[in-house]
Amino acid sequence: MSDTIIDPNFKAPPPERVGEEAGSLTRVIQGLVFTVDHKKLGLMYIGSGLLFFVVAGIMATLMRVQLFLPGNTFLEPDVFNRFFTMHGTAMVFLVGMPIIFGFANFLIPLMIGARDMAFPRLNAFGFWVFFFSGLLLFFSYLGAPGLYAAGSAPDVGWFAYSPLTAKAFSRGHSTDYWTLSLLMGGIGSIATAINIVVTIFCLRCKGMTLGRMPLFVWLFLVVGFLVIIAMPPLSACQIMLLLDRYLGAKFFDTQAGGSAVLWQHFFWIFGHPEVYILILPGFAIASEVIPVFSRKPIFGYPIMVAASVMIAFISLGVWAHHMFSVGMTSLGNTFFAISTMIIAIPTGIKIFNWLGTMYGGKIRFDLPMLFCLGFLFQFLIAGLTGVMLSVAPFDWQLTDSYFVVAHFHYVLIGGLLYTIFAGIYYWYPKAIGKMLSPKLGHWHFWLFTVGFHMTFFPQHISGFLGMPRRIFTYEADRGWEIWNQISTIGVFIQAPGILFFVGNLIYSYFKGKKAGDDPWDAWTLEWSTTSPPPEYNFAKLPEVKSRRPLWDLKHPEDPDWKFE
Amino acid sequence: MSAERQLHAGDPTPMINDPSETDVPWRLPSHRKVGMVSLILTESALFTIFVVAYVFYIGKSLNPPYPADVLEFPLFGTIALLSSSFTILAAELMLKKMNRFGFLLWWGITILLGAYFVYFTGAEWWHLIYEKNLTISTNVFGSTFYSLVGLHLSHVLIGLLLLSTVWILTLLGKIPRDHTEHVEMISWYWHFVDVIWIVVLTVVYIISVRAT
Repeated sequence: MSDTIIDPNFKAPPPERVGEEAGSLTRVIQGLVFTVDHKKLGLMYIGSGLLFFVVAGIMATLMRVQLFLPGNTFLEPDVFNRFFTMHGTAMVFLVGMPIIFGFANFLIPLMIGARDMAFPRLNAFGFWVFFFSGLLLFFSYLGAPGLYAAGSAPDVGWFAYSPLTAKAFSRGHSTDYWTLSLLMGGIGSIATAINIVVTIFCLRCKGMTLGRMPLFVWLFLVVGFLVIIAMPPLSACQIMLLLDRYLGAKFFDTQAGGSAVLWQHFFWIFGHPEVYILILPGFAIASEVIPVFSRKPIFGYPIMVAASVMIAFISLGVWAHHMFSVGMTSLGNTFFAISTMIIAIPTGIKIFNWLGTMYGGKIRFDLPMLFCLGFLFQFLIAGLTGVMLSVAPFDWQLTDSYFVVAHFHYVLIGGLLYTIFAGIYYWYPKAIGKMLSPKLGHWHFWLFTVGFHMTFFPQHISGFLGMPRRIFTYEADRGWEIWNQISTIGVFIQAPGILFFVGNLIYSYFKGKKAGDDPWDAWTLEWSTTSPPPEYNFAKLPEVKSRRPLWDLKHPEDPDWKFE
Repeated sequence: MSAERQLHAGDPTPMINDPSETDVPWRLPSHRKVGMVSLILTESALFTIFVVAYVFYIGKSLNPPYPADVLEFPLFGTIALLSSSFTILAAELMLKKMNRFGFLLWWGITILLGAYFVYFTGAEWWHLIYEKNLTISTNVFGSTFYSLVGLHLSHVLIGLLLLSTVWILTLLGKIPRDHTEHVEMISWYWHFVDVIWIVVLTVVYIISVRAT
């Protein structure tokens, strides 16, 4: 006060207006909008991903209700078409992608001993572009009918095969909303992926050589490269589709010499690597959780890295296994069948390495580990049905049937979502500072696991019995009722599981047990700072000498770096 | 000191003090360079799809005009764009020597050459649209031609925007001395746009013209 220049006209600033004191809604929103902090952005990614997850999950539930009885009229056919399109699009682009980016954002700088991502503002840009692309997609329910009063939300399926998307067959603006939303989301994803790659290469703390990075970071490096290479084909097809719809271009117009199959090729050149973009982060989480809860270092670290890189490379050359029934040459079919079988090898290597990590370990069955065990079991089933589908003649029988639906839900729920849950139970204490309640967590795990298998296992069978995907109803005498009914009942066991999960997130935020800095006795750098970490992450940037810096710190008599 | 004690935040975290490694200087790549390489990688993937679409549709148009009827080798545009890669090198050399006038001169010439390329392509498109009746909706050749060349042109325009920004800021003296790497990254982008032009030139003006 003493050094203020005395001014007779000086007026004290007015007291803060109502609603602007710290902790008020305005301040909270300001904090979210203005932030460039990687931890906040990470949590915002995960939070908005979970929000879209609930919305898309409700759509799935309603579809399952419709399929409970043959000839059911709970949902109109066009509503059903919109639901499966929005469910698929949202689950891939608005749930899977943001949640994995959320984990990357929150954890990578902490794990490599950095204070933030390499480009913090680009990071915020990526988040907001993603978020508004999601809002744009859902806004189609209101905005798309336009002057045509035709169609509201997109109804062309999440891979939007041509010529369904042509102006003649998709009137109104529903497809435009879909296209623009994906184009926008793609820009955000690429921005974030570049940020991840640059952060990993350029911000590692002293001693964190590439060979000492946690596997989580390694896998996200691979994911970053895959996004950088595989996302532009999606943007390219969206640009071509927009040109077709608005400027009368002929890319996918078969009557003018265009090709509908080209859309399929371009889409799946993106679409298959996308599967690995989604599942590699699942592997990343499992590779952190399994060693900590087995009390052993990861088995075969270099092989795990090599297998991840192999998966990334091979995944760029398997796309047409989505298209066996389109009528490719037998050379094409053979090539893609073999490349698809080959990609099972590095994936199998990973599963054996996780098993090798657990073998002889002192396993603690805490919730993160339970979800990882569920992941291993379910992802194995998903992998086996995947290899089955890679056999082209087998695929001709089962393509576009419920067998395929069962397969990819085992991949994305049984594989990815389980590791996401594992990751949330594992890192929630770090992010929030409170433990998630194990009691509610067990309810979540068991309800969800039972419900998940009840929902999706019967779909293998209804697929074998010939039930095509995406039908809004079926006749009574096909022998499909019982499998559909088990499936629908399963959903109503899963749903309370999710409620327990969401309830747990909220309950533990307020009432959870204090976590402390390192509740799991773990080994990577994020556990060396406080929970939640301060804005600058580390008061002094750490230095590492091995793959498990915290082990070295806790066991100075037997540090890892003596053996590496 | 126990492990638990050391784990508290705010504590400097003295990991392991083994002198053998602490003396080794710790070098990491420049984040600008890695970022620009990643951007170039992702842009290359984007161009690849448009090039593949163009090649796939060679000879598939059901109605004229076909490439051989209407396309002329863009000699002057190509000369201008390719030589701009050399003038930007000269500008960078001047930047390394901290010669402001030389930098402004060569950087300015680069901008003019790029602008000439845009003008040249514009004239070509005007000719194609109004005299040869080739638009994006005429046939698949039109669709793939305008989208591929147009995608490249949009990158030239973005490049010109970046180049001009640097030129104006340099003129106003607003670029700090230690920002040479920022400027260098823009030249990397410009070289990339040039390399892409060589691919587009080969595919569009040589291969497809010969093939039809």
